Amino acid sequence: MRLQLSEDDRAFREEMRRFFTTEVPEEIRQTVIEGRELSKEQIVEAMRVMNGAGLAVPHWPEEYGGRGWSDLQRHLWYDEMQRAGVPPPLAFNASMIGPVLTQFGTQEQKDRFLPATANLDIWWAQGFSEPDAGSDLASLRTSAVRDGDEWVVNGQKTWTTLGQHADWIFMLVRTDPEAKKQRGISMLLIDMSLPGVEVRPIELIDGGHEVNEVWFDDVRVPGDLLVGELNQGWTIAKFLLGNERVGVAPVTATKRALARLKEVAADVVADDPLARARIAELENELLALELTALRVAAHSTDGEPHPASSVLKLKGSELQQAVSELAVDLAGPGSLASGADDDSALASWQRGSTPRYLNLRKASIYGGSNEIQRQIIASRILGL
Amino acid sequence: MDFEHDDEQQALRDAVRGLVGETYADHDHRRTTTGEDPGFDERLWARMAEMGLLGLPFAEADGGAGAGPVEIGIVCQELGRVAAPEPYLAAVVTAGGLVAACGSPAQRSELIGPLAGGERLLALAHAEPGGRWTAEASSVTASESDGRWTLSGTKEPVPHGARADVLLVSAVLPTGGTGVFVVDPAAAEVTGYAVYDGSRAARVVLDDTPGTPLGEAGRDLTASIATVQDLARVMGANQALGAMRSALTATTGYLTSRKQFGVTLNTFQDLTFRAADMYVSLELTQSVVDWATMVVEQGDPATLADAAARVSLQVSRAGRHVGQETIQLHGGIAMTAEYSVGSLVAQLTVLDHLLGDGSHHLAQLAGRVDDHGMLDPLG
Ligand SMILES: Cc1cc2nc3c(=O)[nH]c(=O)nc-3n(C[C@H](O)[C@H](O)[C@H](O)COP(=O)(O)OP(=O)(O)OC[C@H]3O[C@@H](n4cnc5c(N)ncnc54)[C@H](O)[C@@H]3O)c2cc1C
Repeated sequence: MRLQLSEDDRAFREEMRRFFTTEVPEEIRQTVIEGRELSKEQIVEAMRVMNGAGLAVPHWPEEYGGRGWSDLQRHLWYDEMQRAGVPPPLAFNASMIGPVLTQFGTQEQKDRFLPATANLDIWWAQGFSEPDAGSDLASLRTSAVRDGDEWVVNGQKTWTTLGQHADWIFMLVRTDPEAKKQRGISMLLIDMSLPGVEVRPIELIDGGHEVNEVWFDDVRVPGDLLVGELNQGWTIAKFLLGNERVGVAPVTATKRALARLKEVAADVVADDPLARARIAELENELLALELTALRVAAHSTDGEPHPASSVLKLKGSELQQAVSELAVDLAGPGSLASGADDDSALASWQRGSTPRYLNLRKASIYGGSNEIQRQIIASRILGL
Repeated sequence: MDFEHDDEQQALRDAVRGLVGETYADHDHRRTTTGEDPGFDERLWARMAEMGLLGLPFAEADGGAGAGPVEIGIVCQELGRVAAPEPYLAAVVTAGGLVAACGSPAQRSELIGPLAGGERLLALAHAEPGGRWTAEASSVTASESDGRWTLSGTKEPVPHGARADVLLVSAVLPTGGTGVFVVDPAAAEVTGYAVYDGSRAARVVLDDTPGTPLGEAGRDLTASIATVQDLARVMGANQALGAMRSALTATTGYLTSRKQFGVTLNTFQDLTFRAADMYVSLELTQSVVDWATMVVEQGDPATLADAAARVSLQVSRAGRHVGQETIQLHGGIAMTAEYSVGSLVAQLTVLDHLLGDGSHHLAQLAGRVDDHGMLDPLG
């Protein structure tokens, strides 16, 4: 056992730190650090800066822009990115559809989509969930019927995050209504500007618009946009969701949020021993989570994921939520002023605390709810 | 960066597990052993000495094996796994550690060799009635006249104090500060009793009892006591981790075999979810314990103190969670002394209160929240 990073890993970390703090525009990083909402342009710009330096998709196979890094190096990359307030590469592109296409796509699909996906020239949305298919994703009903060279798609997707910005959507669709649930599903890539695609906003409890319904009415999709084999969609979805969960414990971003809270709420904290205790307790839990992430990253050399990796999503989302909850409490009556503008007499962290708290309730629901994570731990790890 | 054991460490773990696990695999043996004094298996203790386990932490020059904290942690984890009542933490890590840190060369060779050889058991008498967890003595006092030192006052609880061949007693020095004295238990009034986990503790009453200063006479050893306590916290955390792991294994085993309502208990999702949460607690704890153990290896006393407080808080929270759920998910059987999990939970409870519980350490950490921005475990 050894605590320090090797010389090489330390140098690697330095290089990442330098890049993220000097190459990504200050304005973007400040927006993240202050917890304000990023614009589409800012997200695109950050990803392009990273991609220009070969840092947007390091986990892809090397022939498509991956870097062949160790898991520990990937951890350090992600850690330094969050530390510097750099928005991570758009997950739909970098962690979801990109790896899927490298694994299951045709050569044509790879050539056509991968460079544009890495550079965020195409903004992807994830079209999995439907009103009656949430945790039980396999009961989805949106259908794709073959008609000549094309697929005809009908149905409704929901919860489509940032669908209003998206150019393309990767979809799970039912291609065999007769087969057992999981067996009749396929994955299709759909251009969202096609006739018959309609995006309708959903307003969330924080007042923001980050998710949408997407309706499909006789949308005609070229036949060569099926990913993998016909009716292989469930296998692909499981592969994708496995990747999705790896990046979902933003430990460093949560640590940074807590450290910032200590700073901006210093006056309240100084006078409130219970607040100090909550901070110390959260810091300790974050320490345990970070060390677990390191333990997992330092170990997964043989390709097999560490059993403890399932802990990361569960605990990571709980701590993200707990820090946001503490912020509301420390903001006190100032937390009510969510609608006030920048001329407000209250600090922006106070005004923003409640929308953020409400928004982060999502963290334990999406990407496999925490109950589903417990199910995975209980059955796959503990054999229950 | 590496959280895995190397081959030698793995071999040590296997060897210790073989020896200790074999001895206490049969829970009845633990019950009969703890049923009578000294509350642990003297033959096992002798075999641990033969294997070199009792000398692991000490320098070769002092009669030890010069191993590092990771190795000591392995021994502690394996002891914890079977809730072994052997006084490793009390005698080797704590009392031995203090002698190694503060003793004169003569004292080190006189005390450590025999401790490592299993011939003499050492115990540190430090806690005082009414006190909480501090590195200082407050009611037991030391006086000096003509170069002869005597001690007065009461120490309690003193882990394994009644079986000890040599007591190390902390006391307030005439000039202030806390010294440590080597005391012959025969010269004090020592009353032993059983602790709820089956181990032993004692009350030690000193009344002008002669003692020899450990190390240089009159020197304030508070900082050394604190550091040895921190070391013991980390090693106690290793022991607790072993106990937690066994508790979870026993629980999942029980859930898949116990039938109620015509089905095994793991059919009920609530129970599997609670087991999953126990697993989360356990894995997070493993990470912090490994980290704190590595900090011992390279840390200065202040860094160690911080890591010791953090690991203590984690182990306190997680140990209670895992321990309490272990009993609940087993139902009534876990309440019986005949069944093994109760002794794991009792041991977790002892470890929680030996050197500062969660609230104590949380208070320490809360007092220092302004000292850092973000914690960085890699320094
Ligand atoms: C902000 C946000 C963004 C999202 N973005 C996207 C996106 O971009 N694309 C996309 O496809 N989807 C997205 N989702 C959908 C998300 O994946 C689903 O919300 C999630 O899978 C849960 O499904 P559900 O909401 O239908 O809840 P349900 O599945 O109906 O669950 C309701 C409750 O019951 C629990 N539950 C369900 N099944 C079990 C079980 N077997 N055992 C125990 N408890 C159970 C759940 O944990 C939950 O607490 C997003 C969701 C949110 C909130």
